[in-house]
Amino acid sequence: MRRLWPPVAATVFALTLWQAVVWLTAVPHFILPGPARVASALSGNAALLLHQAGFTLANLAMGLSAGVAFGILSALNLAMSPGARLFLRPLMVFAQAVPVFALAPIVTLWLGYGAPSKVVMVALVTYFPITSALFDGLMRLPPTLDDLARQMRATPLRRLLLLQLPHALPALGSGLRLAAVQAPFAVIIAEWVGASRGLGHLMLISNGRGQTDLMFAALFVLAGLSLGLFWLADRLARHWDRA
Amino acid sequence: MSGAALHIRGDLRLGGRTLCPALDLTCPGGAWTVLLGPSGVGKSTLARLIAGLPGPAHLTGAITASDGAPPEGRVTLMAQSDQLLPWASVLDNVTLGARLRGQWPDHARALDLLARVGLEGLAHRRPATLSGGQRQRVALARSLIEARAIVVMDEPFSALDAATRAAMQDLAARLLQGRTVILITHDPLEAARLAHQAHLMRGDGLHPLPLPATPPPRALSDPATLTAQADLYARLMQGAA
Repeated sequence: MRRLWPPVAATVFALTLWQAVVWLTAVPHFILPGPARVASALSGNAALLLHQAGFTLANLAMGLSAGVAFGILSALNLAMSPGARLFLRPLMVFAQAVPVFALAPIVTLWLGYGAPSKVVMVALVTYFPITSALFDGLMRLPPTLDDLARQMRATPLRRLLLLQLPHALPALGSGLRLAAVQAPFAVIIAEWVGASRGLGHLMLISNGRGQTDLMFAALFVLAGLSLGLFWLADRLARHWDRA
Repeated sequence: MSGAALHIRGDLRLGGRTLCPALDLTCPGGAWTVLLGPSGVGKSTLARLIAGLPGPAHLTGAITASDGAPPEGRVTLMAQSDQLLPWASVLDNVTLGARLRGQWPDHARALDLLARVGLEGLAHRRPATLSGGQRQRVALARSLIEARAIVVMDEPFSALDAATRAAMQDLAARLLQGRTVILITHDPLEAARLAHQAHLMRGDGLHPLPLPATPPPRALSDPATLTAQADLYARLMQGAA
């Protein structure tokens, strides 16, 4: 109960400030709707918002799963093979230098307005933090454990799976937190660039129609999704930190 | 498992510097050879070389075994840090060697060894829930299961409290009987209790140390042990001065 206090107080303060700005400036509601108006848009369009959020969430989940899976496989592969490191790392550095969000129009051009372009964007954005965080963790095996592996004549694969991977789990957790923060950006940008459904699409449509209150409502739902995603990633990461 | 004798010959060098010149050490098979010395003379460096671990130092001569076979793969190192995997159970830590080599872990043997080091019933605990002495017992069981003829111990008990250390010395002496043991230490009492032969390691080379005529492990209460300890202290301090 005591831990709930500060966030509740902060929320009440923020809402009060928001309402005060709306009253004092007498700004038209299609520029800045007050919290009450947004709340009624939230409840009045609950079915629509949930429906659209479902598409966004599905794309997020698929993209994140793909990004994490490919990221883990790439990091394991890089850690196992010096040849792969030599060949792939310059490519990875280059790929990281390209702002992935700038690829959204190209990805949409190639994959269309449907789910695949969103999934691919989320996967692209989450792939790099996962790969580089896990790879760094894998390569930072403490010297004492390296000694142990040498003395026990470990096979490279066993060394990777029994020593390097468990030791790198906290690093993977950090990568996962980062990926969970980036993934909602990616899906929204992909939906802005071109989509026929999803929260990003809904925001764009309501913006065009001057339904600013609905746009804000969609924004809050999106924030809820992002927070939920981060909470999940953080729980997993904490579990690994303790292990 | 009777251990082969080990010969260590040459200058111990690090970069362009000689840490310890003209080593000519024979470690008899099945006996404890103790190297006593102050910090920084290359004791741990030598331990790593004997264990075949990579490091910046090298030996101008060679390390050979009396039976002619190369010592590689027959040496296990017990270090001051117990090197236990924090995420694995005690049992999984003991069977780590087999698992790392892709072999089937021998759980019955591991449990038997755990019982012999006095850790019966703790097989499924995590290392973090054990005391320092218990953790070194796990490390000892992990060394024993590897069944290597030559055991190098690099100050394995130096982080333990006095009573635990004495108990671990007795346990190690009992369980490592028959193996060729090279114990690195800066504790004169440990040398006086455990050594069949002991050398003082200094920047100018190895110096043989006198020991009581009784076989190790020597009792703490034995006046001869304490006299030897006092004598080793004096020699160690002479080097430090």
